[in-house]
Amino acid sequence: MIDALVHVLLLFALPPLLLGVIGKVKAFFAGRRGPPLLQAYRDIAKLLRKLSVFSETTTWVFRAGPIVTLVAIALAGFLVPFGAPSAPISFAGDMILFAYLFALSRFFTTAAALDSGSAFEGMGAAREATFACLSEPALFFVFLALSKQTLSLSLADMLGASSGTLSAAAMAPLVLLCLGLFLVILAETCRIPVDDPATHLELTMIHEAMILDHSGPLLGLIEYSASMKLLVLESLFLSLVMPFRSGVAWIDWALFALESLALAAAIGVVESVMARLRMRRVPYLLTGALLLGGSGFILLVR
Amino acid sequence: MPLELIIVAALLAAASGLPSLALPRRSAWGQRLSVFLLVLAAAAGLAGAFAGLSAGASEALVLPWPAVGDSLVGLDPLSAFFLVPVFLIGALGAIYGLGYWPAGKNPRTSRRLALFYGLLVAGMALLLIAREAFAFLLGWETMALSGFFLIGLEDQREESRSSSIVYLAATHVSTLTLFGLFLLWRSVTGSFALERAASMSMGAMNAIFLMALVGFGIKAGSIPLHFWLPGAHAAAPSQVSALLSGVVLKMGIYGLVRTLSLLPGIPAAWGGLVLSVGAASALFGVVFALAQHDIKKLLAYHSVENIGIILMGLGVALLGTSSGKPELVALGLAGCLLHVWNHSLFKSLLFFGAGSVVHATGTRAIDRLGGLGKAMPWTAALFLVGAVAICGLPPLNGFVSEFFVYLGLFDGLVSDGAGLAMAAFAAPVLAMVGALAVACFVKVTGVSFLGSARSPEAEKAAESPATMLGPMYILAALCAFIGLAPSLLAPVLDSAIACWKGPLAASATGAVANELPRIGTLVPLRQVGLAAAGLLVIAALTAFLFARGTRLRGGARAPRRPTWDCGYAKPTSRMQYTSSSFARGIVGMFAWLLRPKAEPERIQGYFPEEARLHGEVEEAVLDRALRPAFHGMESLSRWSHRFQQGLTQQYVMYILVALVLLLCTLLPFDRILAFAFGGLGVAP
Repeated sequence: MIDALVHVLLLFALPPLLLGVIGKVKAFFAGRRGPPLLQAYRDIAKLLRKLSVFSETTTWVFRAGPIVTLVAIALAGFLVPFGAPSAPISFAGDMILFAYLFALSRFFTTAAALDSGSAFEGMGAAREATFACLSEPALFFVFLALSKQTLSLSLADMLGASSGTLSAAAMAPLVLLCLGLFLVILAETCRIPVDDPATHLELTMIHEAMILDHSGPLLGLIEYSASMKLLVLESLFLSLVMPFRSGVAWIDWALFALESLALAAAIGVVESVMARLRMRRVPYLLTGALLLGGSGFILLVR
Repeated sequence: MPLELIIVAALLAAASGLPSLALPRRSAWGQRLSVFLLVLAAAAGLAGAFAGLSAGASEALVLPWPAVGDSLVGLDPLSAFFLVPVFLIGALGAIYGLGYWPAGKNPRTSRRLALFYGLLVAGMALLLIAREAFAFLLGWETMALSGFFLIGLEDQREESRSSSIVYLAATHVSTLTLFGLFLLWRSVTGSFALERAASMSMGAMNAIFLMALVGFGIKAGSIPLHFWLPGAHAAAPSQVSALLSGVVLKMGIYGLVRTLSLLPGIPAAWGGLVLSVGAASALFGVVFALAQHDIKKLLAYHSVENIGIILMGLGVALLGTSSGKPELVALGLAGCLLHVWNHSLFKSLLFFGAGSVVHATGTRAIDRLGGLGKAMPWTAALFLVGAVAICGLPPLNGFVSEFFVYLGLFDGLVSDGAGLAMAAFAAPVLAMVGALAVACFVKVTGVSFLGSARSPEAEKAAESPATMLGPMYILAALCAFIGLAPSLLAPVLDSAIACWKGPLAASATGAVANELPRIGTLVPLRQVGLAAAGLLVIAALTAFLFARGTRLRGGARAPRRPTWDCGYAKPTSRMQYTSSSFARGIVGMFAWLLRPKAEPERIQGYFPEEARLHGEVEEAVLDRALRPAFHGMESLSRWSHRFQQGLTQQYVMYILVALVLLLCTLLPFDRILAFAFGGLGVAP
C-alpha cells in the first residue's frame, strides 16, 4: 500500500521539477541565472486558474485531447517501477499496453491539433505522427531484448530484475539498447536535437506547434502531462543503466528521484551543447535509434 | 439443431431478394421485406452459431445431392465462429442500406442489390458449413459471383465496370487454384470430404499448402495478391463494402485455417512463410493506405493491413504447432480469430461512417471534406470510435487481439528456439504498423471531420438518418464491449481454437503436451479489461471534473475566436493541412515503394497565375506489374488479329479449309506416291 502511495506521489509531484532542472542547466550553459527550480509548478498552477479561449472551428475532440493524454500517460506511469522492484499495476504483456497508451495519447494530441484547422498545428501533428513510426519499433526492440534477457513478460519484472542478472556478455547489447532508448526519449519528449521546446519559430516546431491554439487550463494540463511523460520514459531508461539498488525501499525511492533529476540534467546538457537537427534529418536519427535497438537485440539472441 | 438453424438462415438470406423482384421498382416495401427476411435470417443464424460455439462439439448432416452423390454439411465451433460476423454484418448492412440506398431513389439498382446481397450472405453461410469440396465450391462461387454483381452495381460508372472486371478475373484465378487444390486432395486422400488426412507425402502437403495460400490468399487480399481489392471495395455501395471488407475477406482466412487444420503435419517453414506474408501485408497495406486520398480506398487498403495482422497470428500458431508449443498455438490462433471478429466490427463501422460521409457530401475525396464533426456529430464520434479501435489502441477491441499476437511473439522469444527468436522480429514490425495506422486514422478522421469545411459540399452536409446511425451504434458498442470485457470471450475462443487439437497432436513429439491450454490462463484478460475500463472511467471522470472546475471559474463563458494561426488575421479553410500534406512525410519515407506521382506547375513571377498540384499513388501490383504484363501479352497476341476479322464468310472459309485438310488425311498417300514414282520406273 505504502509502495503504491509513494509511487503515486512520485508520479504526480516530481515531473515539473524535471523541467526546472533542465531549465537551470540550460541557463547555466548560457551564462544566465535562469528561472527558479519550481517555476514549472507555478506556470502550471497559473494556467489552471486562467480562462480558456477556444477557436471557432474546434469540437469536443479539441478538449478531449489533453485530458486523454494526461490519463493515458498517468496510467502508463503505473506500469513502470520507480526504484522499487515492483510497479502498482503489473501483468504479463503490460509493456504492450505501455507502448499503446503512448500511441493513444498521440492519437488524441494530433487529432486535437487538426481540430484547430491551423496550418501550423497540422504540420506539427504530421511530424509527430511521422516520427513516431520510427521511435515506436525502436522501443519494441528494447522490450524484446529485455524480455529475452530476463525471461519475463511484464515491465516490472524486466526492469526490476535486470539489476542482478547482468552478465558481461549482456553488457554490449545493453549499451546499444540504452543508446537507442535515449534517442527515443529525446524524440518522444520533444527535446533537442529532434525538437526545440524553447523555439519561437513555428515552422520548426513539433510538439509546441501542435498546442498553439490551446490556452488556459488545457494548456496547463498539456505542460503537466509532457513533464510526466518525461518522468515515465526516464524511469524506463534509469532501470536499465542504474541497476544499483540498496533493497531498502526509502533509500531506493530517494535514489530514483535523484537519478531522474540527474538524467534531466543530462538532457539539459545535451540540449545546451547540441543544435537542433534539420527537420528532414530527424528520420535518420530515429532510424539510427531503430538500428541500434535492432543490433542490440540480434547480439542478444544470436 | 444449431445446424438446422443455420440452414434455415441461409435459405432465408438467399430468398431475401426475391420479394422485391415481384414488387414495383420504386416500392419501398420490397426493400423493407428483404431487410426483414435478412434480419430474421440473422436472428436464426446467430442463435445457431452461438449454440454451435457453446456446444463445442461438431454435428453433421447428409444432404442428398443427386449430381455428385450425397453432400455433407456440418457445424463445428470454427464454422460457427466465422458464421457470427456473416449474419451480424449482413443484417446490419441491410438495415443501413434502407437509409443509404433507398429503393425510391435507386429504382434501377435496388432490386439487384437486394437479390445479390442476400445471395452473398447465403453463399458464405453455405461454404462455412460445407464439409465436402462440391458444397464448398458452390458456396464459394455463389459468394464470388454475387460479389461481382454488387461491385458492378453502378455499371453506368467506368470505375465500377473496370474494378468489377478485375475482381472477376482475380476471383476466378482463386477458384481455379481451389479446383486444383481439391483435385489434389481427392487424389491423395481418396475422397472430396473435408476430413483430417491421416498421412500424406511431404510433396503433396507442400503443394496443398501453397495452393491454399494462393487460392485463399487472393480472396483474403494478402500482399501481393491484394491488387483487386482497393478498387473493388471502393466502387461498391458502402454497406456492400462493409460486408466485402469485413466478412468476405475472412472467408479466405477461414479456408486457410480449415485446410491447414486438416493436414497431418505442419513443417516449420510454413509458419515462417505465413508470418512473413502477414508482416508484409500489414506493413505495406498501411503504407499504401496512407497514400490514398479516397476515403473508401484508404479503408480498403487497411483491410490488407488487418488481414496481415490476422495472418501473423496464424503464423505464430503454425510455428507453435511445428515446435510443439501449445501455448503459442493458443495465443496465435486466438489472436488470429479474435482479430477476424474485431476487424469485421470496426471495419464495417468505418465503412458505414464513410458511407454516411459520401451520402451527405457526395464525394469520397478526403481533401474536399473537413469540419463534418459539427454538422454530423454522431457520425463523427462513431467514426472516431472505429478509428481508435482499428489502430489497436486501448480501451477498444483492436487492442485485445493485437495483444494476443504480440504476446505470442514475446512468448515464443522467451520460451527459446532460434526460429522463434527470429519470429520475434515481427513484433517491431507490428509496432511500426500500429504507429502508421495511428498516423493514417488521425489523417482521415482529422481531415474529414475536424477543422473547417474545405468545399461547398462539406458545408452543406447533414446528419444521416437513424437507419444508418443505428447499425453504427451497435457496432461501436460491440467494439467497446470486447475491449472492456475480453474475459467474457475466453470460452468462445477456447472452443474455436480447439479445431487445432489435431495438427498439434500430429506434430507434438513424444512428451510434449498436446492439450491446448485455456486462453484465460495464458493472457491476463481480466487485467487487460480492467486497465481498459479504468482508462475509460478515469478519462470520463477527469473530463467531468475538469469541465466542472473550469465552469466554476467562468469557463462556460469561454470566448470563441478564430483560430490563432500565429497571428494571421484571416485564416481560411484552404490553409488547413490536407490529407496529402499530412501524409507527405511518411509517403516520402516509403517513396521507394509507393513511387508517388506529382504534377506540380511551376510558379513564376511575383504575381503568379493560379497553379494546380495533382498527386497520386498507383496500385503497385495492378498498375505496375499486372497491367503492363497483360498489355505485353495483348500486343504479342495481336498478330492473331489478322485471322480474327469478325467476317462470317471468313469463318465459313476457315471451316471449309479445315474440312478439306481433315479429308486429306483420308487420302491413301502411300499408293499415290507409289503410283507417281512407280511411273518413273523407280522400284517401290
